[in-house]
Amino acid sequence: MTRLVLRRTALLVPTLLGLSILLFLWVRALPGGPATALLGERATPEAVDRINALYGFDRPVLQQYTGYLGQLLQGNFGVSTRTGRPVLDEFLARFPATIELTILALVIAVGVGIPLGYLAARRQGSLVDSGTVVVSLLGVTIPVFFLAFLLKWLFAVQLGWFPSAGRQDPTMVATHPTGFYVLDGLLTREFDASWDAVMHLVLPALALGSIPLAIITRITRSSVLEVQGADYVRTARAKGLGRVRLRNRVILRNAMLPVSTTIGLQVGLLLSGAVLTETVFAYPGIGSFLAQAVFNLDYAVLQGFILIIAIVYAVVNLAVDVSYGLIDPRMRTR
Amino acid sequence: MKTFLRVAAPGAVLALALTGCAASDRDADAAQTETGGARDTFVFAASSDPASLDPAFANDGETFRVARQIFEGLVGTVPGTADPAPLLAESWDVADDGLEYTFHLKEGVSFHDGTDFDADAVCFNFDRWNNFTGVMQSESLSYYWQKVNGGFASSDVPGLDGTGKYESCEATDPATAVIRLASPLPELVSALSLPSFSMQSPTALEKYDADGVSGGEEAPVLPEYATAHPTGTGPYVFESWSPGEQVVLASNPDYWGETGQIKKIVFTVISDATARRQALQAGDIDGYDLVGPADVDALASAGFQIVNRDPFNVLYLAMNQANPELTDVRVRQAIAHAIDKKSLVAQTLPEGTEVATNFVPPAVDGWNADVPTYDYDPEKAKALLAEAGKSNLTIDFNYPTNVSRPYMPTPEQVFTAISADLAAVGITVNPVPEPWSPEYLDRMQGTPDHGIHLLGWTGDYNDTYNFIGVFFGAPANEWGFDDPALFKAIGDARYQADKEAQTAAYAAANAQIMELLPGIPLAHPVPSLAFKADIHGYPASPVQDEVYNVITIGD
Repeated sequence: MTRLVLRRTALLVPTLLGLSILLFLWVRALPGGPATALLGERATPEAVDRINALYGFDRPVLQQYTGYLGQLLQGNFGVSTRTGRPVLDEFLARFPATIELTILALVIAVGVGIPLGYLAARRQGSLVDSGTVVVSLLGVTIPVFFLAFLLKWLFAVQLGWFPSAGRQDPTMVATHPTGFYVLDGLLTREFDASWDAVMHLVLPALALGSIPLAIITRITRSSVLEVQGADYVRTARAKGLGRVRLRNRVILRNAMLPVSTTIGLQVGLLLSGAVLTETVFAYPGIGSFLAQAVFNLDYAVLQGFILIIAIVYAVVNLAVDVSYGLIDPRMRTR
Repeated sequence: MKTFLRVAAPGAVLALALTGCAASDRDADAAQTETGGARDTFVFAASSDPASLDPAFANDGETFRVARQIFEGLVGTVPGTADPAPLLAESWDVADDGLEYTFHLKEGVSFHDGTDFDADAVCFNFDRWNNFTGVMQSESLSYYWQKVNGGFASSDVPGLDGTGKYESCEATDPATAVIRLASPLPELVSALSLPSFSMQSPTALEKYDADGVSGGEEAPVLPEYATAHPTGTGPYVFESWSPGEQVVLASNPDYWGETGQIKKIVFTVISDATARRQALQAGDIDGYDLVGPADVDALASAGFQIVNRDPFNVLYLAMNQANPELTDVRVRQAIAHAIDKKSLVAQTLPEGTEVATNFVPPAVDGWNADVPTYDYDPEKAKALLAEAGKSNLTIDFNYPTNVSRPYMPTPEQVFTAISADLAAVGITVNPVPEPWSPEYLDRMQGTPDHGIHLLGWTGDYNDTYNFIGVFFGAPANEWGFDDPALFKAIGDARYQADKEAQTAAYAAANAQIMELLPGIPLAHPVPSLAFKADIHGYPASPVQDEVYNVITIGD
């Protein structure tokens, strides 16, 4: 187990190094540059040159990269050209918002997906089953931003049931010791602020959770179907194991293995989906900031945010593999 | 099926409960305002965070919008116009040679931190701007000081080293500040209405290290003053800034003027234009800026208020004389006669937009009612082309894609309308669309390789040079002509010490430009804002000098 963790961590280094090189080349291949984005339509060539000199964009690419890498190794991700604040600060300021959103999206996906998939499998061929299959197909095929747009238009703009933008009602006075608004409200006993934060989360979380929900439903369904027909289940049943114990001990536990892997894989999907969802709902997380960074050609933010997201993703996946080992004894010996 | 219900029912109940609560919350809000529970918070959607809270380092609209509430300059504007008006300076005298400005200051004003506003504070600010060093001289920070003053006390950049017009500032008594210049700068008074030249508390600037902009190897990192402690004399004090989310300001109880009904301003950041409109429709915000022309009618018919600013911009069709097809003035005149500006404006630009005759909007002093004009006359256009031997003219038409500027909300539509007009007089148009930044801008301003093209400009303050000087003050790739007489006329007009003589000189220059016809001013599109029905008295200003203490909320 420890060896697994060590080996995976060691593998991370070349992966991230490669990613940093690719990112570095990619942002510099984007048309234009921060100078044109900063200075607008009457930028004199001299002014553009001076901005480029200021940020070091006029130096050879290799020299720029080694400088960047040197800074990275000291934990410095550079400074946003647009806001003048360190990239890491910008990331940390917005990360709680995105974590809050992805957790809720995942809760919706898992909380609805697993029971639905299980139900469909147990009633194979029924209306419930075919309905579930159709819905999960739809869930995967409808683009996230379109669903986000639809939800917002219907429930926020037309019906006014939910707010259309942001994390908190602008007129609400609330303190935020942790940056997780729902939790903050509970900690400071400002329950109305907590509730308001939940209301702001519902629509974006539904949009963001739609694809993972569909995937988890389908995987659960096929996995339960497979386990139901397995020899050991027949054996257990023949031995007279009770229905409830059979369901909980044998079928569910074994069927959950591929599902837990899938959940781990959804994290990447959620983080990429957050870019579109947060933009539609003007939700101030890392996703919408990243979208603005593309628009403003904010090199340092593009490179830094994607690198940090990659690190987070790798760590989450490692954690998933470890938990897999805890569920499945066969993994531990490797 | 029963099992399914068992799973689904709680979900449905929960959903109903959620929405039910939400709906009743909303109703409660609405009821509260209807029964006269005075709403004193004004929520305005900004398209981005301010770049900094220190207006000396500001040059974009969203930063100015916040700064206008917190800070005041020596000079303001007459409401609803671009004309200079007293603000922190009650009056000023300009010496005959245009080298000395004596500002008589308003007394009894103090900064938000209790520091007195006096002549020493004025000089402190001017000296601060002139002595910016290193990274603070970057055009992305001190853009306007560079542009107006022309340089710094000292600089590593040759073009900025000691080249400024500002010489010194002297506090002759607490209520009198004398600014001395090395050479005349007639637009100084107008320029001082820019938020960049706001008066800031010397105490706070020093205490929070306002000039501690670190940089060098990497991008500028803003100091604490610019991120958390902006201190001015304005009607609102800074309360908090959650980057990416909102900036909150509170009413200043010690303000020297009207504190007004609005006690709290929230600038909530919504970067997407559609999302801003929907936030207004959903009742989440009180108003927003840069309303898309396509949304104006829908919002108005849904009961929202549309407020227009007087335009302070120009959209033009430039005709590049480096292109041999366009060197003959008769060809340019033909193109001008071929374009039906009235229907162009009606079809492609926001309602209320005026057809342009000058390269400056009518709100600017040097605007001239008697410039040569070129009426829509396709027959005359054909005759002129025949005369010039260009009846089979083929010309590149460059236009930008994927961009919306305040003076040009939909470039593609403008291109289509003009192309049809040109085709009607027998001109063959070769469309050259390019992405706005950098390709389009680089080609127009950095190369001679273009034909006719669309571009424009939004002005900063009431100064003709701010338009025609930017366009025609010197030879430029964009226009491809060299006319020393015109360059000299514009340059001379800029340095007339006498305001009236200057206005006359600019008016003459505007006529000269329309005679030469380097391009065709098309229109001055109207920028619109949208508000909830109960927001009253929004002080729309052509130069966006909009301070919210005059707004009222109610039926």
